[in-house]
This record gives sequence, structure tokens and C-alpha cells, in this order.
Amino acid sequence: MACIDEILGRFPQIKRNALIPLLQAVQDEFGYISEESIEKIGAHLSLPTSKVYGLATFYNQFTFSPRGVYHITICNGSSCHLEGSGELVKEIGKLLEIGDGETTRDGLFSLEVQSCIGACGAAPVMAVNGTYYAGITVREVREIIKNYREDASRS
Amino acid sequence: MLPDHEFLIKLAQTDDGDLSEKEKDRLAFLGRERLDRPLVMVNSSTSGLVAGARETWEAIENYARERSLEIELRETGSIGLISEEPVISVQIPGRTRVFFRKVTAEKVAVLLDDLFHDVISDPLVIGQIRHEQQESWSDLPYLDQIPFFSKQLRIVMGSCGIIDPFSLEEYMARGGYRAFLRVIRYHTFREVCEIVNESGLRGRSGGGFPTGEKWKVALDTPSDQKYLICNAEESDPGAFMDRTLMEGDPYRLLEGISIAAYAIGSNRAYIYIRSEYNDSVRRINHAIQQLRKVGLLGDNILDSGYNLQISLRKGPGAFVCGEETALIASLEGRRGMPSSKPPYPAVTGYLNRPTVVNNVETLCNLPGIIRDGPGWFRELGPEDCPGTKIFSISGRVRITGVVEVPMGTNLNTIVNGISGGVKKGRKLKAVHVGGPAGCMIPRKLLDIPVSYEDLKKEGFVMGSGGIVVMDDKSCVVDMVRFFTDYSDKQSCGKCIPCREGTRRMAEILEGITRKPPDEEKDTSLERFRGVMQLENLAAVMKDTSLCGLGQNAANPLLSSLKYFRQEYEEHIFDRRCPSNTCGELRSWFIDSDLCTGCSICARRCPADAIIGTPRHPYFIVQEKCTGCGICYDVCKFTAVYYK
Repeated sequence: MACIDEILGRFPQIKRNALIPLLQAVQDEFGYISEESIEKIGAHLSLPTSKVYGLATFYNQFTFSPRGVYHITICNGSSCHLEGSGELVKEIGKLLEIGDGETTRDGLFSLEVQSCIGACGAAPVMAVNGTYYAGITVREVREIIKNYREDASRS
Repeated sequence: MLPDHEFLIKLAQTDDGDLSEKEKDRLAFLGRERLDRPLVMVNSSTSGLVAGARETWEAIENYARERSLEIELRETGSIGLISEEPVISVQIPGRTRVFFRKVTAEKVAVLLDDLFHDVISDPLVIGQIRHEQQESWSDLPYLDQIPFFSKQLRIVMGSCGIIDPFSLEEYMARGGYRAFLRVIRYHTFREVCEIVNESGLRGRSGGGFPTGEKWKVALDTPSDQKYLICNAEESDPGAFMDRTLMEGDPYRLLEGISIAAYAIGSNRAYIYIRSEYNDSVRRINHAIQQLRKVGLLGDNILDSGYNLQISLRKGPGAFVCGEETALIASLEGRRGMPSSKPPYPAVTGYLNRPTVVNNVETLCNLPGIIRDGPGWFRELGPEDCPGTKIFSISGRVRITGVVEVPMGTNLNTIVNGISGGVKKGRKLKAVHVGGPAGCMIPRKLLDIPVSYEDLKKEGFVMGSGGIVVMDDKSCVVDMVRFFTDYSDKQSCGKCIPCREGTRRMAEILEGITRKPPDEEKDTSLERFRGVMQLENLAAVMKDTSLCGLGQNAANPLLSSLKYFRQEYEEHIFDRRCPSNTCGELRSWFIDSDLCTGCSICARRCPADAIIGTPRHPYFIVQEKCTGCGICYDVCKFTAVYYK
């Protein structure tokens, strides 16, 4: 895994418009943006830490806690909503006690609610680490989470 | 440069002159009209992957390997039939291409076995593509005879799902890049603006501003550098037209961008794309590399003296960045907050230089306009708004998908004709057009033509083009709450009417769709007061918000209040949701046949609304029930149900 300085090295020009690509590179590499990286990015671009943090929190893409081993994405497009994706988010909130952009304490699961992934024919859609589950119900979500938990405890 | 590219570029530069037989042959092979081995194409776009296209792909690979068959396996985009994925198409040398639907991995072997023995598996087939030089399959409908396709006019989407998005040769062999090369050889900047102006093309992102006019402003503003930005930040929930275009035909978009950049005299273009669109990014990046390699991008393109660089920027995710000034702010590395217009970006935009922001669909229209002329384009739709429009249809319809129709086609044709109407036994209630900024259109108004002007006359807006169909089992109030909630979360917070207005609106709607734990405090009074103020609040937001997000955030609410007032009243006064969608307004019951009397629901009920004696069926006291649904969740015998 590359360290922050290596990523900063990829952006030699000190320009404001490098800020978002930089944050994205950090997010892609580490899966989240740590306090340390925000400080370093600020120093690199000669921007106050508050500005960097302010910008990062404005956008949906950036998260500030590490992703879980199993990253759950739920589509919240209008079609998925119509078919009950809100219930799925609620269910996961109940089961794992996390909301959008959060990670469970044991670091096993994290949740991300996306605005539309464009598979409306299969609504509601949920994905865990890139494996898609189409047309699922609340009961099935419980099963899926249970299975992943068992997988984790086995390995 | 490969000899094929040299040949294709030379061909694109000459006007449709006479081709020798040999050249025609070569072109047919490059355009995959003629083949030397069977071709199988799998839709590998997001919709396909969700339905299992990757497994289908592997199954086809295995099939060919096991039988040592020489086949060409290629990725393609979506043909628009989202609910029928995974869609694959097969073309056997000399015969027409046949499309199949719902080809999951286990169906591959049977399907291909049959096909190579000249038999078509009936339940899976969609149809064949009409082609004069290819032998057609007998007793098989052509795609243009199927209701989903016959009522469409596919021009911009014409190649989606048919060509390989990774192949520049195929795009060029089918006439691609002819328009751009003609433009840089024969036309001045101003002439291109004139052509597009004459065609009457209007921006497809919702506002409907004439594209040529916007370009002229940028062209006429003197500057050392000008920018063209392609707005591919499609974050409207339920809209996936741009994605389909980018995944299906990325070269068309890049050609459109090149033409637009040339027209405003810019040699720097950006594509601002939603970060979740990984598949589009992959295709566009590949396409840019290819174009650079063959010299259709870069410095001094084919010795014309025109330079152009296109780069991709991933948008970090904010709905408001669909607004052009916010998008520019985001590109500059600031928060995506809109600024007041004027000055328009065409005068001072990205890095204070003249900047034109065009939507993906708008740009994809350009190659056609240049190639076939503005006159051809003008005939495609109504006088004031020519051309076609792409819609994504989702929700409670038989076929969800992406469709392209002439502007001014009525909703009835789109929803009932193309998409097959609502599912069996249900009744269509409303059609929501245009996402969070859009409008709820009731069934009785479905025959209004969809164009900017006609919708405006009825007090609706076009929005981006996402259509969500609702049947009698879906709740209008809940849908409006969803969109308002979305606007609230995505409001950038710069201007007060939007920041506060969307929040209050979301709160009021939340109050309507939820049962408070006790009605004794002021909650019901607050609810009624809020409801009375809703329309007033919406009007203020419309008048005073800075950008389109705030101005249009109340559209779903206002249009639905106008036509579905009764449904709101049922929620407010009777405290029930007629379609049982609003979870907390549901009435819960216990099926006495299934209940074993384990008492877990009674113990967990936060309102003490469940009574009974152990080992006998329990009972829910409706007056006490808050509708939280915990009993449903904890019941191990599925005895709890709602109606």
C-alpha cells in the first residue's frame, strides 16, 4: 500500500484544482480519509486543514472511517425506493447499528447508500464487495448479513 | 498507427466517393457487418453485471473452449432493455444478428448448441436486426417490429448495445468521426455554431437552452483559453441515460465533445463524470487513449493545425454539481456551490475563462447533426424543439429501460406503448418525470406531448429525463417525501430558501408519513400547521432560491398536491396510507393460526400494544399500536402481517 507522501508526489503542482483529485486518490488507496492525510494534503497545497476538511465533508464520495471488511452498498434510486430500499437501509441500521457512510465497531461491515446504480429492472439492489443481490427483501438481507458474519468468524 | 486506422481515417476524410470492392469488403469486416467467425456480444454494462453478465461471459468462454470453437467474444453496452438483462447477441457469419434476453450462465450451452444447429431457442429470443446483405432467420421478428423498439426512434442511441465500445475501428467503419473531420477541414468555428444553431438543438439536461446560442457567447468572448466541459454528473436518482450512452458508445460522446470544443475555439475539454460510474470511466479512458494513438486527439490533429486535449475528472459526488456554476466550482477544487448568473460561464467560467458546459446527450447529438445536416435534424421533432430525447423508464412497468423517442411523443406512448404499461392486474396511478426537480403527472394527463414547451404549459417541467412509473400499490406522498429528502440532503447550503426550505419541507412530509409515539403533545397541531404552510413555503423557495435545485425542489410536492390531494388528506386526517407503503402508518395484525403464543412480540412491543396469554395466539390493540413493525421483525413464525 502506498503511503500518503507517495500519493502527494503524484501531484507536484501546488494548485487548488488538484485538491479533489488528491483526496480521491487517497480515498481510493486507503478506502477512507484519515486525519493525518487531511493535514498532509493541507500542508502540501498550502491550504488550511479546515478548508480541506470542509471540502471533503461537502462531497458524498469521501468517508472518514475505514471501510469494513464487507462493504455494503444499497441503491437508493427512485425505482429501488419504490420497491423498498429504504426498508433495507433501516434493517441494516437495526442489525448493524450503522448508517450511511459508517462502519461497525468491529470493522466488519460498512454501509454506503448510493443514489442510483442504474439497474432498475432488478430493484431493490444491494451489493456487498461488488457482489450484487437483486430484488431482495428485508428477510433476505438478514440472511445475507448472517452468512457474511459466519464467513468472517470461520476465517 | 495500424493500417486499419489509416484506411478508416482516409475514408472518413473523403466524401462518400466510390469504393472499390476490396475497400467495401474491408469496411464491412471492420464494421462487423461481415464476419469470418461467429460473434457473441455480451452486455457488460452495469445493468448487465447486476443481472449476472460476468457469469454469462465466463460460461460462453468455457463453452467455446470445451468445444474448441473459434468464436469472437466481445463486450457491448446496453440495448436499453434493462429488465431483460443479461442480454447477449449472436451473429453467425452471413446471417443477421440475433438478440437474446435473460441469458444467465446455465442457459448458455443450450442456447448456443441450438443456434449453431440453426435452431433458435424461443423463450429467450428478442429479435434480429434488419440487414440487407445478411440472410435473415425465418419466423423471427425484426427488432423494429417489437413494440419496445418499433415506437422508438433510435438515433443517438442507435449503436448502443450493437457495437463494441472498445473498438474505434467499428465506430469509424459505421461512419464515426466523419463529422469531426469534416468540421476541422471545411468549417470555421463560427460556421459550426451556425449549423448547430440552425438545427435548433437545445440542451438536454433539463433547462433546454439553445446550444448554438451558448456556444456563440463563448466564441465571441475574447480569451487566451476557453474550456468545454461535458457534464456527466448524472446523480438524479432513477436516471441512467447518460450512463447508457457512455457505456454503449463512448466514441460518439468524444466526437461530440471534439466538435463542440472546436466550435467555441477551445483546445481543452473536460469530462466531469460521476465517480460511481466506473464502467463508463473505463470505456472513456480507453477511448481517449485510442484516439490519441491514431492522432484524432492531441496536437495538430491530422495536420489541421487544431489541437485538442480531453481529460476525465471524477466528480466527488454532489447532486448540485449538475448545475453548471457548481460544477465549475468543483473542478476548481472548491465546494460545489452555485453562484448567481450572470455572469454566465460562457463569459467567465472555469478559471475565469469562457466555459461551455454541455450535457452528455446534447453532445452525442452533434455528430449526427453535422453528418446529416441541420435540415435532417429539424424534421425529427416539433418545430420549437427538434430532435429526439432519451428517457430512462423505471418503477412499476413491465419493461424498465432506456428509450429514445422524438421530442413531443406523449407519455402514453412511452409508458404504455414502449414499456408495456404497468404489471398485470395493477392500475397506473401516476408518472413521475424528471427526478427530484420533476413533476408527478396523473394518469388523465398522460397524453400531453413531452417537450419543454408543452410540459411548461401544463405547469410541469422536463427535468433530466428519468421517468418513474407508479401503480396503485405505490404511495405518492412517500415518493414525494423521498425526492424532497434527497433535495434536502443534496442542498449545498449556500442560500437560505433552499437550505432551510428543503429541510422544513422534508420534516413536514416526514410528519405526515409517520406516527408519533404519542399524539398528546403538540405534534398533531404542528403537523396541521406544517401542512397548511407547505404550499406557501414551496412558493417562496421557487421564487427566491439561487439555483435550479432550490427552485425546483418543490415541484414534486406542488404537482402532486394539485392532482393527488386526496391521498395527502388520507395520510393527514385518517392517518393511513392507502397503498400501505408508509411503514409507520400500516395496521399490524397477528395471524391466530400461525401464532404459537411465544410472547416475544408482546415483550418487545415498545407501546405495550400486544396482549395475550402465553401459548395462545396474541392480539394487537390497534389504538395503542404505533406501527413501528418490531413485532413483525421479531416474530419467528411469520405470524405478524400488515394491511
